[in-house]
Amino acid sequence: MNYWVLAGIAVMIAGFTLRLNALVVVVLAALATGLAAGLELVAIVSAFGKAFNDTRYVSVVWIVLPVIGLMERHGLQERARALIEGLKGATLPRLLTGYLLLRQVTSAMGLTSIAGHAQTVRPLLAPMAEAAARPKDEAEAERVKAMAAGTDNVGLFFGEDIFIAIGSILLMKGFMEQNGIILQPLELSVWAIPTAFAAFAIHGLRIWLMGRARA
Amino acid sequence: MIGLAHVYILAGIAFAAFALLSAGDASNPKRWGNAAFWGLLALSMLAGDQLGDFANGLLVLALVAIAGFGGLGRGEQRGSAEARAAGAARHGNRLFLLALVIPAVALAGTFGFKAVPWLVDPKNVTLVSLALGALLALVLGMTWLKATPAEPLHEGRRLMDSVGWAAILPQMLASLGAVFALAGVGQVVGDLMSAVIPDGSRLAAVIAYGLGMALFTMVMGNAFAAFPVMTAAIGLPLLIHQYHGDPAVVAAIGMLAGFCGTLMTPMAANFNVVPAALLELKDRNAVVKAQIPTALPLLAVNIALIWFLAF
Repeated sequence: MNYWVLAGIAVMIAGFTLRLNALVVVVLAALATGLAAGLELVAIVSAFGKAFNDTRYVSVVWIVLPVIGLMERHGLQERARALIEGLKGATLPRLLTGYLLLRQVTSAMGLTSIAGHAQTVRPLLAPMAEAAARPKDEAEAERVKAMAAGTDNVGLFFGEDIFIAIGSILLMKGFMEQNGIILQPLELSVWAIPTAFAAFAIHGLRIWLMGRARA
Repeated sequence: MIGLAHVYILAGIAFAAFALLSAGDASNPKRWGNAAFWGLLALSMLAGDQLGDFANGLLVLALVAIAGFGGLGRGEQRGSAEARAAGAARHGNRLFLLALVIPAVALAGTFGFKAVPWLVDPKNVTLVSLALGALLALVLGMTWLKATPAEPLHEGRRLMDSVGWAAILPQMLASLGAVFALAGVGQVVGDLMSAVIPDGSRLAAVIAYGLGMALFTMVMGNAFAAFPVMTAAIGLPLLIHQYHGDPAVVAAIGMLAGFCGTLMTPMAANFNVVPAALLELKDRNAVVKAQIPTALPLLAVNIALIWFLAF
């Protein structure tokens, strides 16, 4: 067993601890692990280049920025704030809990891309949350916005696995099949339901506590 | 058939426009750095398949060099707060209709395109729908708001600059995962994990599996990378074969324990670092910090669920 291939993990931890530029840290980690595994420099660069090219779909989401920017220039964020300020019952806990529920339910139906940090959190949810919370200083505004982003993540992660055709379900089915265990996607996805309820309860409680601490 | 290749062309055009506008942005002291960075990304989107693996690798190194030596800057904010407030007052709640075009098209496309597999590649329905939604919203928005074609591109460039190099961090980490897999990192970690579990303790095995999924996901930034490693090391040999746990429960809830790890790591950049940049938060780890108090109790719940439901 060649334990030196773990050098890349050590580089990642050291790099993040020292707050070096994360892109540089990633490349150094790839070099460290690649060299430890006995790969040639050219082979490591090629492997990284191939993987980068194969995963371009990860960066496609940025094509929404021009239209988001256009709407923001014409007052979308201001309008989102005004809407929440005009609604009497629009408290921070109600807004975020409602979004959490919506995100979990739609993700469970396989609709993971209808919301997200670029599409909905920045232009809509974050300004609405800020308006509902009326933060007293910059630090509190940051916490509210970070909570809005976190609520999107929790809703997505603990909703999507209930859908039978999502990537992680197919990965589990494929992996188990290779090891001689045949599972149907539905058998896997039903076991995501208890955790989905637990995630809603725990994160909902935290949202409620955040609202109460502010009241 | 419309597929990923067309979406990449659209993304390439968008990044090329960001590059050109950056080059002409006199308010940005590092405009050539920005132009080169987005230009290289445009090249990757448009011609990545023709470049070959080694040239793609050199392209990545060039991107990293620009970002690593502080070559990216930001121009001045365009458009005043007064103009935005006036726009909000004039257009009212109809702005939300425009904002809902992207999710509505993504929703309709995800269902609708499955019925016409010869038109849209069934494997990439979601990305194609997202791209179409963005295009349709853009056309509607420009018509209704009477914007010049340059206006959305300038605004897109502004938002892109505020995200900066973090924009490609998710793609970089996914690529690192591929190199780690090539070097057999997962195998080594799995062996180490299975070596620390005391013999004969079902509870220790369950805890090691859940914690291992979360920890290895934190290192790799992705539960998909952790799942085969941890399940091969602990899930299959111990929980399923030795202790006869239900394989569906072990797999499904083990994956969700991994998702708890995703909430706690800057390595899951697209979920945790990119939003901090998009929301222009001062603390790049603010989103991780907001999520840890949810992730830890939820991880404990998942471990307990495996214990109670699998056996």
